[in-house]
Amino acid sequence: MKKQLLTGNEAIARGVYEAGCRVAAAYPGTPSTEILENLSGYPEIYSEWAPNEKVALEVAGGAAIAGARAFCSMKHVGLNVAADPLFTIAYTGITGGLVINTSDEPGMHSSQNEQDNRYYARHAKVPLVVPSDSQQCIDFTKEAFRISETYDTAVLLRTTTRVCHSKSLVTMNPREDVPQRAYSKDLKKNLMTPGNSRPKHHEVEARLESLAEYAEKSPLNYIEGNSREIGIITQGIAYQYAREVFGDRASYLYIGFSFPLPKQMIRSFASGVKQLIVIEENEPFLEDELKKMGIPCMGKDRLPLCDELSVSIVANAFRDILGDSPLTIRSASEGLPPRPPALCPGCPHRGIFHVLSQQKDAVFSTDIGCYTLGAFPPLNVGDFLFCMGSSISAGIGFRRADISYGREDRKVYAVIGDSTFFHSGMTGLADVVYNRTPLVTVILDNRITAMTGHQHNPGTGCTLMGEKAKEIDIPTLVKALGVEEDHIRVINPNNLKACREAVQSAQEAKNPFVIITKAPCALLPEVKKRSAKNWFAVDPDICTGCKACLNIGCPAIRMREKKAYIDKDLCAACGVCFQVCSFKAISMGRKQR
Amino acid sequence: MAHKRDTTSIMLAGVGGQGTILAAKVLSEGLTRMGYDVKMSEIHGMSQRGGSVTSHVRFGSRVDSPVIPLGGADCLCGFEKLEALRCLPYLKQEGVLIVNDLEIYPLPVLIGAAEYPQDVLQRLTREAEGCLILDAHGEAEQLGTSRVENILLLGALIHRLDLDGFPWKEVLQDLVKPAFVEMNLEAFALGRSLA
Repeated sequence: MKKQLLTGNEAIARGVYEAGCRVAAAYPGTPSTEILENLSGYPEIYSEWAPNEKVALEVAGGAAIAGARAFCSMKHVGLNVAADPLFTIAYTGITGGLVINTSDEPGMHSSQNEQDNRYYARHAKVPLVVPSDSQQCIDFTKEAFRISETYDTAVLLRTTTRVCHSKSLVTMNPREDVPQRAYSKDLKKNLMTPGNSRPKHHEVEARLESLAEYAEKSPLNYIEGNSREIGIITQGIAYQYAREVFGDRASYLYIGFSFPLPKQMIRSFASGVKQLIVIEENEPFLEDELKKMGIPCMGKDRLPLCDELSVSIVANAFRDILGDSPLTIRSASEGLPPRPPALCPGCPHRGIFHVLSQQKDAVFSTDIGCYTLGAFPPLNVGDFLFCMGSSISAGIGFRRADISYGREDRKVYAVIGDSTFFHSGMTGLADVVYNRTPLVTVILDNRITAMTGHQHNPGTGCTLMGEKAKEIDIPTLVKALGVEEDHIRVINPNNLKACREAVQSAQEAKNPFVIITKAPCALLPEVKKRSAKNWFAVDPDICTGCKACLNIGCPAIRMREKKAYIDKDLCAACGVCFQVCSFKAISMGRKQR
Repeated sequence: MAHKRDTTSIMLAGVGGQGTILAAKVLSEGLTRMGYDVKMSEIHGMSQRGGSVTSHVRFGSRVDSPVIPLGGADCLCGFEKLEALRCLPYLKQEGVLIVNDLEIYPLPVLIGAAEYPQDVLQRLTREAEGCLILDAHGEAEQLGTSRVENILLLGALIHRLDLDGFPWKEVLQDLVKPAFVEMNLEAFALGRSLA
């Protein structure tokens, strides 16, 4: 078969498909999102967006108990959300194979922390599989299903951004036809009460011993090259960097099956080389194990714990050993202005954020999504953030602390998007109502999960597989949670007058208050089509150059010859700038084409 | 690196929405069809949202890292001037530099918190001899839409790297939406002739 270029994510989806998987669930999160998007292209697999990662893993876990091969996927922090089912699915085991993908993000390109989820495998006592390119993403995924069924365990598949988002050549194979494995009611295996869990823990420990034996013969652990001078133990993308720097000057022990470790293989490899190096990204997961085994090696004494690894970092760290001369790097790029991501022209978050930014002595507990970008200048709507869904609950705590010190006057706003609200914001709002905390919650409903590239969610009326779905109506939900009807406002965030009235009412409210802004993301095709015809233009004769329109942080507006200027190609005709101009210098025009 | 290898590395640097990804896709698909080992990587923060974006394409008999090391790019194609300058540390000393003479202001510049440097082209030409400066945006606009500037730049890049002798037309036809094929073929041809 012809070789094709696939990203790691496309390749994992292909591996899941070829392995005969039947049920797959995920919550979108960079860099993992495209796996499920690609899986939804295979009609043989039921695939769904779950409201959060815990639900996704429970869906996959239930399917595995029923005897189907099942898969679930999430970004690294998603596994924190799904940790609860993970640790007990580790006890029940499976009927059909279960593979859980965690996509970690060294370098935090789109994440709030840099946790190394390889430790989850050891903590939950489940096997760990780590591929380094797209072909391995297919092959290791398929092997992970076999391991799962042979050893009656969920398997953790761990990738990182560079493996997920890089393309390399793969050979594809047909789908395996896997019959449903017979489910039989077995409470001792599948129902984890204390009486059943105690013997299960012993079984889990015994299973780890069998898996340690498998590690020694696993095709995922292999040696490359025959240098006896330098031996490198590595895995994941770090292997590619090591290979580029050391080439044939080293031999490699690739640890694709990395928990439990192939200890005999490691000992024998280590004894065959003069210098042993462990090259891994972020934490010393492998290196610490070697040290426990009493095997001396180089590694984190030279390589950083923080941020992404790279060819340059590896080359610099071992330059003395290799005797390579350093590359000359140009230095003409110092002091350049940064280009951070920004809210798009026409973004429906801009109007409400502009109004919120004018509230004096207000604190904004923000959340995870495009709207996190509103925390930065010029809008400055955002003070603190922990994780998905934390805005409302952390807002409660801030407000309660203020109240306990008599600071009733300082308003606290929780700002959260539609998908994040469904993910884990709803429980926070239940707390607000239950404990009567005078918090203002602003739910930004832009009708899509936008940040990760437009995925559907329970509020959009469409499933991952493209079927029509029942939309969960946020105002009805908020009412059902117990927020008083006259304390709920549903507004169009592009209408600044409506925003100001809603925020004014919220400022005066003594009880839990909810503002729901409803306007679709400016990048949705139907919105782009509508906005393509119109734009707003500045009349330079009227413009005074006061820069009020610059304060909304729209990438389409800039100063040109001391007057505001709107880029016609970028303008999405939301009209927010038109509303902030006190001199009526901005008016709507129609685009020619 | 003293270690000898035959990997050629091409970096496309631009701003989210400029079409660097499609250009990199066409390039890597063509190289795959030529029979090379190919790796391609996209690097961007928080999705795109107007931030810096780079695409890395590497090919040869065996490619290891999908990401180009500092000082390791045989060619840097800047879809925007400032982004070309930002990525200059990746360009090899004898590497080929192609720059789109286009300014896209980042948000800190738009809101007056930073200045867009006035000497970008001077710094680029001083650093890379024989630097090719193209008004790809303007040229593409004359063809009908600035949106094909990416394929115009790709045409220039392919000519500069002596990769002309391959049926790129077929790759473009396979990867570009049918309605836009013609305009992209025109842009590609124009890019080649300008290089």
